[in-house]
Amino acid sequence: MEIKILGSGCKKCVALGDNTQAALKAAGREATIEKVTDIIAIAGYGVMSTPALVIDGKVVSTGKVLSPKEVGFLLPAA
Amino acid sequence: MSSVFVWLNDQLLRMQWLSDLVTLLLRDVIGMDVGSRMGASVHFFLYDTVKIFILLSVLIFSISYVQSFFPPERTRRILGQHKGLGANIVAALLGTITPFCSCSSIPLFIGFTSAGLPVGVTFSFLISSPLVDLASVILLASIFNWGIALAYVLVGLVLAVLGGTLISWMKMEHQIEEFVFTAPVVSHDGGTITRRERLSYARDQVIEIASRVWPYVLIGVGIGAAIHNWIPQDLITGLLGQDKWWSVLVATIAGVPMYADIFGTLPIAEALVGKGVGLGTALAFMMSVTALSLPSMIMLKRVVKLPLLVVFATIVALGIVVIGYLFNATAYLFI
Repeated sequence: MEIKILGSGCKKCVALGDNTQAALKAAGREATIEKVTDIIAIAGYGVMSTPALVIDGKVVSTGKVLSPKEVGFLLPAA
Repeated sequence: MSSVFVWLNDQLLRMQWLSDLVTLLLRDVIGMDVGSRMGASVHFFLYDTVKIFILLSVLIFSISYVQSFFPPERTRRILGQHKGLGANIVAALLGTITPFCSCSSIPLFIGFTSAGLPVGVTFSFLISSPLVDLASVILLASIFNWGIALAYVLVGLVLAVLGGTLISWMKMEHQIEEFVFTAPVVSHDGGTITRRERLSYARDQVIEIASRVWPYVLIGVGIGAAIHNWIPQDLITGLLGQDKWWSVLVATIAGVPMYADIFGTLPIAEALVGKGVGLGTALAFMMSVTALSLPSMIMLKRVVKLPLLVVFATIVALGIVVIGYLFNATAYLFI
């Protein structure tokens, strides 16, 4: 599984990254988490508000710091 | 009735009580003569800093709450329902309630364009967004008066609508980088948002914006205090005085390389007007700093080609100059 956090390095993006880590840990799953900070690369995903969460190339959330639980619901079935 | 309004306006918006409090503190507690040059500078600095931060917090909180009803995806959908001049007007209006930060303008630009919104409509939005927002209106009303605040909004919106319309007429679609059109269109609505989430979003916005803009506010108020009490009046009116035909031009050009929020530029504009600079000149400086900054130009350059960027900057700069002269010519109506 490949997870990307989109955001230009704001506090909220860090929070979303942490919550995603927590969600993975809670679910006992492994994934690579990559931070995308370049504004053009972010916009290339069609995202207009950050932080956004991309799982396996698909944008699953924008403009919101999801809680670990919310991220958990978005993880694809193992 | 009207005296109640005047009282509310003086105390809540102009914060006369704060000015009195600062005077009291400086005179009776520290023993400083507020009539002296040093005392007046300190008074200006303390009073303006505290006033701007109070207003900024209250305003950003309320505006962010309203803003939470208009995420970019929804704005884009609303804009897609309008055509022609109507779309430009709606874009300019929506620009007043959307983000303060120029860093979010690029994702919006790409998101709007890839979804098929006309370039001119997107530019109407891009011009109005930094230039006119609800916070600047209330701040202008606080520092100057309501007439000036409303006139400023009106001309800002007209500039956004005209600028976008001109760019439509010039058919400059091919001046946008190719990848902008091919970016995927994601329309997440983020689901339903509860009232509590809106409130915490508004609170987060206050913290985020205040922690980003405070240096600009302090620098702005510092420069304002210096202009207010230390720089000779002759020097300022000699360069930017009402009777100098070049004053608006100089103010506009001086504003371009500077990058600051409207919160940082207002105290400078306030001090300039206090020194006898024309209202239009001060407003032109303010608009130029907020709408035409080098950092946002450099960012825009990554998505549009040079000719379109030049057209955009020229339209906005000319608009600001015209507005400046217009305000100078009609200032007697406002002050």
